[in-house]
Amino acid sequence: MSLVFYLFAALTLAGGLAAVLLKNTIHCALALTVAFAGLALLFLDLDAQFAGFAQILVYIGAVAILVVFAILLTRSSETPKDGVYSKNWLAGLAIAAGVFAVLAWAVLQSAGGLPQGAAATPAVTVLQIGNALLGRYVLPLEIVALLLTAAMIGAVIVAMHEKERAQR
Amino acid sequence: MSQATPLAGCLLVAALLFSIGLAGALTRRNAILVLIGIELMLNAANLNLIAFWRYGPHPEALTGMMFAIFSIAVAAAEAAVGLGLVIQVHRHARSTDLDAMNRMKG
Repeated sequence: MSLVFYLFAALTLAGGLAAVLLKNTIHCALALTVAFAGLALLFLDLDAQFAGFAQILVYIGAVAILVVFAILLTRSSETPKDGVYSKNWLAGLAIAAGVFAVLAWAVLQSAGGLPQGAAATPAVTVLQIGNALLGRYVLPLEIVALLLTAAMIGAVIVAMHEKERAQR
Repeated sequence: MSQATPLAGCLLVAALLFSIGLAGALTRRNAILVLIGIELMLNAANLNLIAFWRYGPHPEALTGMMFAIFSIAVAAAEAAVGLGLVIQVHRHARSTDLDAMNRMKG
């Protein structure tokens, strides 16, 4: 593992921790953006250029902006007086720590069976990805297109509901 | 770690990121921050997919990469609907505090 990998991993984990721990919700959204950027860098480090740039476009370009809009629309940027953590935060923390312990144990136990060392860099071009998307994966692609349309219409309908009821 | 293979390192980073997201989703009161935690968990899963694609025996088959790309698209749909629901709940209950939402009936 190279120094670059450690740097990107540290950036991602620091962004994730800050997104979960900070008190101000806007700061949380910004830290989330840092975590997304760190993940995109990790994808680029793993030679997945297309996935890395898709991550930047979709997550930093769309999801982070959506989160900021939602925070502003719900006026939840001011810190509540009675703390930002739930009443049973200790149980949640214990569950998360337990899940991490199990996952880390599983990874370390099976580390010997995993593919060792760095494989040769896969030479994947965007042409190959496009051919695969419109060849072997064309049905999932169409289903994702349908899902995105349905989600867009659904989000608009869910968010518009109030005005309709007020007119009745 | 005695044998720090690149794949195991990626998997450990993904496990840690998943746990951070899970802790955020379980401990925060604000509904938007719970969604942020869920996004972090989805991203950790994507990192696993990309890592297995990169270090697996057949990277030219593109299976893990395609899985990650579709997962990113589905996560975008999930974020849009989830945040729309949070905005609607805020209009209805004047709050995004999940501890205050203890009624099924509006």
